[in-house]
Amino acid sequence: MAEKELQPKEKETAPVAAETTRPGRFFLPAVDIYETQEAIVVLADMPGVPSDKVTIDVKEGRLTLSGEITPPLGSQEQLLVQEYDTGNFIREFTLGQLVDQNRIEAAMKDGVLRLVLPKVEKAKPRKIEVKTT
Amino acid sequence: MPWYTFEPSWDPLREMDQLRREMDRLWERTIGPERYRRRVGVFPLLNISEDQDNVYVRAELAGVRPEDMDITLEDNKLILRGERKIPAEEKVVGYHRREREAGSFRRVVRLPERLDPARVEAVFKDGVLTITLAKPEAVKPKQITVKSV
Repeated sequence: MAEKELQPKEKETAPVAAETTRPGRFFLPAVDIYETQEAIVVLADMPGVPSDKVTIDVKEGRLTLSGEITPPLGSQEQLLVQEYDTGNFIREFTLGQLVDQNRIEAAMKDGVLRLVLPKVEKAKPRKIEVKTT
Repeated sequence: MPWYTFEPSWDPLREMDQLRREMDRLWERTIGPERYRRRVGVFPLLNISEDQDNVYVRAELAGVRPEDMDITLEDNKLILRGERKIPAEEKVVGYHRREREAGSFRRVVRLPERLDPARVEAVFKDGVLTITLAKPEAVKPKQITVKSV
């Protein structure tokens, strides 16, 4: 089986609208978003972000994910070679669908955020019969 | 046409601003202060740093399980090998976005000299791999105290 080889990718800088007052650069995490019958699931790569530094915000149909990285270098360390940039992560999405904010689940493992946004149950469609007279 | 959308809204002003930033960054990269920057075509990208006692080699490997990584020290070569697996999800009705990639990687870093494998340590935390290589005693900076007589 021919295995796919990973290619390095440069991180994409987050757009200005997402800029915050905190210093440091912001990048867009790569995401997978898929849907099941019950929920919308978001997986986001945020290497260097510990689980207690992730913020998830759902407001007025907008989902904002952000993560603050732990400083990448020790206090006495000096950089010799830099091939990748380090910085915090932020990304925003418009949710076109209502999600149940009280049941949102988030877990962070090995730098990957997994977010489960349960859909709000829609009102059951009512069938209206047209009577013939 | 789905009745929900994940598209970030498009703002031409924001786009312009981003373009300007990218230009600035390009400029900086060619002649500016970001001198350590190196462009390579092999995954994973590495940042290398040092302090008095150690050299640190770091790589961002979000979602790679430690058991799928293989780090070897062979003569004066440090070899990073592994595979990023993205397990198939259950009950998927449809994908909105697929940006994360799975695949294998192999990268060789040539070190200036042969190091003692017993003094190499690798730690994986929050998706960042840090390999700590202890400097040989001979190259460590030595402080010389001046004696007054």
